[in-house]
Amino acid sequence: MRLTLRVWRQKNAGAPGAMATYEVDGISPDMSFLEMLDTLNEELILRGEDPVAFDHDCREGICGACSLVINGDAHGPERTTSCQLHMRSFRDGDTIDIEPWRAAAFPVVKDLVVDRSAFDRIIQAGGYISAPTGSAPEAHATPVPKADADFAFEHAECIGCGACVAACPNGSAMLFTSAKVNHLNVLPQGAPERETRVLDMVRVMDEEGFGGCTLTGECATACPKGIPLPSIAAMNKEWLRATRKARR
Amino acid sequence: MSYLDYKTGSPITDGKAPTGPIAERWDKRRFEAKLVNPANRRKHTIIVVGTGLAGGSAGATLAEQGYHVVQFCYQDSPRRAHSIAAQGGINAAKNYRNDGDSIHRLFYDTVKGGDFRARESNVHRLAQVSVEIIDQCVAQGVPFAREYGGLLDTRSFGGVQVSRTFYARGQTGQQLLLGAYQALSRQIAAGNVEMHPRTEMLDLIVIDGRARGIVARDLITGEITTHVADAVVLASGGYGNVFYLSTNAMNSNATAIWRAHRRGAYFANPCFTQIHPTCIPRTGDHQSKLTLMSESLRNDGRIWVPKARGDRRPPNEIPEDERDYYLERIYPSFGNLVPRDIASRAAKNVCDEGRGVGPGGQGVYLDFADAIRRMGRAEVEEKYGNLFDMYERITAENPYEVPMRIYPAVHYTMGGLWVDYDLQTTVPGLFAIGEANFSDHGANRLGASALMQGLADGYFVLPSTINDYLARNPLTEKVTADHPVVREVVAETEDRLNLLLAVDGDRTPDSFHRELGELMWEFCGMARSDEGLRKALDRIPQIREEFWRRIKVPGTGEELNQSLEKANRVVDYLELAELMCLDALHRSESCGGHFREESQTPEGEAARRDEEFAYAAAWEFSGTGDAPVLHKEHLVFEYVHPTQRSYA
Repeated sequence: MRLTLRVWRQKNAGAPGAMATYEVDGISPDMSFLEMLDTLNEELILRGEDPVAFDHDCREGICGACSLVINGDAHGPERTTSCQLHMRSFRDGDTIDIEPWRAAAFPVVKDLVVDRSAFDRIIQAGGYISAPTGSAPEAHATPVPKADADFAFEHAECIGCGACVAACPNGSAMLFTSAKVNHLNVLPQGAPERETRVLDMVRVMDEEGFGGCTLTGECATACPKGIPLPSIAAMNKEWLRATRKARR
Repeated sequence: MSYLDYKTGSPITDGKAPTGPIAERWDKRRFEAKLVNPANRRKHTIIVVGTGLAGGSAGATLAEQGYHVVQFCYQDSPRRAHSIAAQGGINAAKNYRNDGDSIHRLFYDTVKGGDFRARESNVHRLAQVSVEIIDQCVAQGVPFAREYGGLLDTRSFGGVQVSRTFYARGQTGQQLLLGAYQALSRQIAAGNVEMHPRTEMLDLIVIDGRARGIVARDLITGEITTHVADAVVLASGGYGNVFYLSTNAMNSNATAIWRAHRRGAYFANPCFTQIHPTCIPRTGDHQSKLTLMSESLRNDGRIWVPKARGDRRPPNEIPEDERDYYLERIYPSFGNLVPRDIASRAAKNVCDEGRGVGPGGQGVYLDFADAIRRMGRAEVEEKYGNLFDMYERITAENPYEVPMRIYPAVHYTMGGLWVDYDLQTTVPGLFAIGEANFSDHGANRLGASALMQGLADGYFVLPSTINDYLARNPLTEKVTADHPVVREVVAETEDRLNLLLAVDGDRTPDSFHRELGELMWEFCGMARSDEGLRKALDRIPQIREEFWRRIKVPGTGEELNQSLEKANRVVDYLELAELMCLDALHRSESCGGHFREESQTPEGEAARRDEEFAYAAAWEFSGTGDAPVLHKEHLVFEYVHPTQRSYA
């Protein structure tokens, strides 16, 4: 396959960026999207040009590092991560636009690399269960109904890639935050911190400059792990419950 | 003097393991260890490099104990360490199934699975601690799979006949890592852990024979920074990426452990690498990495190839009696669940016979047709759904309808920095945990044991043993960034990076990495021979020389420069590969994942030679390309008597 790539190039956080156009040839439909970018970068290095910087690591769709907006869609046309997208999803002769996540809370670091540390700070605000090592009771002391365990798992699948934020017209992090709140709040182990968790995480989420949620649902469509949209409603419920309790 | 003329130095006689009944040794060691007064702990700084299962759990636990932890990862967030990609599960001797499991059985299985090349004391401790890990993770909210009654579910893994593997669908590593990451996040928020993401360790600072800090590079600004501490813990993972193609993450690398080795830490059993039997075969030269399909699939999937050579019919058209379910045929009692090294070698053998399937004949079938008939598609989907989806995404084939094609790939390294029972390396104050050390898996690791070891080291073992070092070795000298040794290490690091940028040759870092990887896969992969290893040892110094002549790294060191990061890692692979080949050459026996063609049984299985090789080979660095010194730690088996491993 022969493709035309229009790629966002930006030297660093402070520099202005622009789209640059490159041609790549000899692309196999079996290549992953990132292997296609590897091919471009190998050529750029040999030409003495700066290769395109992009975040990637496991290339198995689980670490959450890769983060490309491809033809306007977070992670591209398939419901998966950029690294698990394959070139068979494109046609010979296509022109492909490649941009970084666009969100106020995710500033561009270089080219296609953005700073997602705001996500870490949301987790630090309460996305955990306080259980210092050594203090745990026997694992079977607290049975967890399978439905609750499955609900927790479904939300715990979030890989923290940020596609939800990138896809949202408001740059909201509600899906990310709700995934963690719901994972921990449904479990009996998470109950003691149930209220402070949701209040603190939502507060930090707002402080980090993520936009508000208007339930457009783009987040859940872009999510490579299928975190469902009702997750947000469930978190709102938790938040209201915690707010009422705090007022009492 | 040739690199091959290594000298044998003094043996390692004190592994610090206590004596006495094996079940009491860990208690004994913990009691004998000196403690640091809780009020004094915050005066101690401990550096932890890496935030995977071992590093994440260690950082969180040390901070909970009151130490000041300074932690590093090259990723943009500690949540992305490659432990996250572990799929199948974590072993623990809970015996919830009442199927005859016990701590002693997990200990026995692990020593036997490792083909009698691991230290008994360490393995027994691992089995003991396994039980606490599950409790700890459940308390953190790790959503393990559960039965309808609300209790934890388990499944079987290769090399064992009990069901002791706890799992969270096919994402167990992710869930355990997020548990550790969340515990770490809590400590970061509390100000007990100073976290440095996107920062890569490039060298170790050793002053007066003790590890006192690291030199690191800020991957965004390119700034070279120094960090001093009272002890340094390396949790930087394995070195499987020496092979270029592996199931490791793209940026997983050996620099932290290799630089520590150059500063005096012995490197043990570097040739012990695990080739995982169930990976998705490569599709072409563009391949950048390989993807594992969890071993848990072998619980229900059946592995086969056509009986006839060169049979090119589609799998569904090959009748039952023309298929060879070779693992079930050769190993009737373990069948498809033989240990990884055995399953991998068997796959290689049938492919070498010309019975492999798929492009290039480099693959075997993993077939779920029987499982779907037996359990129904819904149950198969519940158990393996995400793995099937992943397979389909990569290959564009539907494994519910067409058997998966799999082939072995480099997955894990059992070798690593030599550590004693306390997980301390030969450099006092330098500890290595998780895959970065060599300690528990011998010559072959059993499935679902990497997660167990990483968390055992990080949550329970290191936080106990490091106290003893800190309590017994008060530091007299205060070290700052302008200490002459620190300045020297910084200068060496800067020189190396500047040289990489200055060569301005005509080959990319990846091209060298790929060339080295192909060489290693051919000569130091699934089967090794005297002749092949000598070829590799001949060739590696030539590649190294060419590297320093022809490498091209664009850009500067004062910015985000992924080519520079890569090139610097390849520098270390080019040295480590040589040691791996030498170790493989010197160990002329076969054991576990190390298969020497010259040493096999009449049935073609690995033939160990215990009289000569029942030791861990710990290598001391003596200069790039210079013959290293071999120190042997002889292994004593008091509880599990070495036998020829049999899974038939």
